[in-house]
Amino acid sequence: MTTAIAVRDGNIALGGRPVVRAVDLSVRGGEVVALLGSNGSGKTTLVRGLMGLVPWSSGDVHLLGTPQRNFNQWHRLGYVPQQGSANSGIPATVLEVVSAGRLSRRRLLLPLRRGDRDAVQAALRSVELQDRQHDAVGRLSGGQQQRVLIARALASEPDLLVLDEPNAGVDHHNQIGLAATLRPMVESGATVLLVLHEMGPLAELIDRVVVLRDGRVTYDGMPPDDDSLDEFHSHHHSQQQHDGTPLARGGPL
Amino acid sequence: MNILEYDFMVRALRAAAFTGLAAPAVGTYLVQRRLALMGDGIGHIAVTGVGLGLLTGQSPVLTAVIVTVLGATLIEVIRERGRTSGDVALALLFYGGIAGGVMVTGLAGGSAQSLHNYLFGSITTVSATDVWTVIALALVVIFLALGLAPQLFAVCQDEDFAKVAGLPVRFYTLLTSVMAAVTVTVAMRTVGLLLVSALMVVPVATAQQVTKGFKATILAAMALGALASLGGVVTSFYVDVAPGATIVLLALAGFVVAWPVGSMLQHRRRAAAPFEVDPGLPHLSVPEAHRHTHGEDCGHVAVRHGDHVDYVHDGHRHAHHDDHYDEH
Repeated sequence: MTTAIAVRDGNIALGGRPVVRAVDLSVRGGEVVALLGSNGSGKTTLVRGLMGLVPWSSGDVHLLGTPQRNFNQWHRLGYVPQQGSANSGIPATVLEVVSAGRLSRRRLLLPLRRGDRDAVQAALRSVELQDRQHDAVGRLSGGQQQRVLIARALASEPDLLVLDEPNAGVDHHNQIGLAATLRPMVESGATVLLVLHEMGPLAELIDRVVVLRDGRVTYDGMPPDDDSLDEFHSHHHSQQQHDGTPLARGGPL
Repeated sequence: MNILEYDFMVRALRAAAFTGLAAPAVGTYLVQRRLALMGDGIGHIAVTGVGLGLLTGQSPVLTAVIVTVLGATLIEVIRERGRTSGDVALALLFYGGIAGGVMVTGLAGGSAQSLHNYLFGSITTVSATDVWTVIALALVVIFLALGLAPQLFAVCQDEDFAKVAGLPVRFYTLLTSVMAAVTVTVAMRTVGLLLVSALMVVPVATAQQVTKGFKATILAAMALGALASLGGVVTSFYVDVAPGATIVLLALAGFVVAWPVGSMLQHRRRAAAPFEVDPGLPHLSVPEAHRHTHGEDCGHVAVRHGDHVDYVHDGHRHAHHDDHYDEH
């Protein structure tokens, strides 16, 4: 695979306010990239732009080698939305929600084929929810619901997996589980883009870190080790004070 | 008296059965999108359609279908433009629809009775052609609701995910609204415009008290809807009461019965569910002393848990371990 994600001078405005500004981002096939930054730095909007959920106001965007506006290989994308609840107004079983992940490969009015069912079971197995597949999603814990949504994204056997804050509100034990779920995918050559607040147990999988601040890329390179990450954070703080930003707004940490 | 000896009752039963199947099928998707009141909004808009039919001398069913489909599209457009104003969009159309209907009917010089037939239904005066129209439209709605279930389920569950899966989300949300509009017009002769939403929502609310999955919910809701509709028509034949109101009250009675059953089932399922265990932590032994040994006849609910059996004790699950019990 060549370049999974290529953005050149990408801009996104929400309601007239520039949220993603002049972003250049390139993710090679097989790379695992973490998108870091404080709240409101534009991480989620950038990812939503890449997934085609919000329009780019300008810029040149390619997904898996295709210009985004012509992109139609939806089954090659796996997307786990931010703070997603698998729950809705009607009860649904874990199996039903994860099976929705095959829709990008299914034909209208035809039942699931054998290959579809196998992929769904494999996805359930990889998040260790196979024995809960007939339970209602609403009855699972928050961490388990998050795993259901990850399984739904994995069910289409994607080449590019995008996870928006998969660790938000998830305890350490479940974070280790997520790393274990992603490892075989990464080893088989899939590309992964993760929006993260902190790297936690996922750090060992991550090849590269991109830091956003106020919609701009401020760091793009090797994951910092623990000391330099602290340094980065304090640097970030002092700059905010330098800007005259009120301290009450706070920074990361 | 044999109910089937009367042609008008046979027609009424046919219309009721198909309305009862179609309304909850669409209603399930509306409830899933948390737009349970959308049927009501469309019902109000349909009043204007009926009024236009009376004014122009066209079939009120036809004009109502056209006006409600336009109204349903408008609701979607307003919802899409201003993201949070879904319920406000509904409210605006509620009032516009019913005020417009009353005014247009007045202009047509229609008596109160002609509008009354549509507001509260008059299933026993349904003509043979009307019945076939109802059955045909209901069959189309049921076919779409079940045939496109995987797509509609995904769109109503999580629009963002459905978009990334490449589904034409706008088409499907619009389709749901149009199906709801058609169902409302189909049902206006059976239960009436003011009560049609009840037949779309109440069987769904009843079904989901006891179901765990989506497919089970939609099928159970359709069965309950048909049951309530047929029951209402039959009751109104033997006891002189309005069929539309009887159908809705029967559907509500179903909910009243299912609700306690549902909470009891949920309580039992929750008590039997194991706590999530962090394998990195040492196991917890139960602090309280046991006067008895858990076993087949100790009276505590036994739950199979992997290779052993847990006993539900005061809301905890106790598992035998050497000389004490572990909490699971």
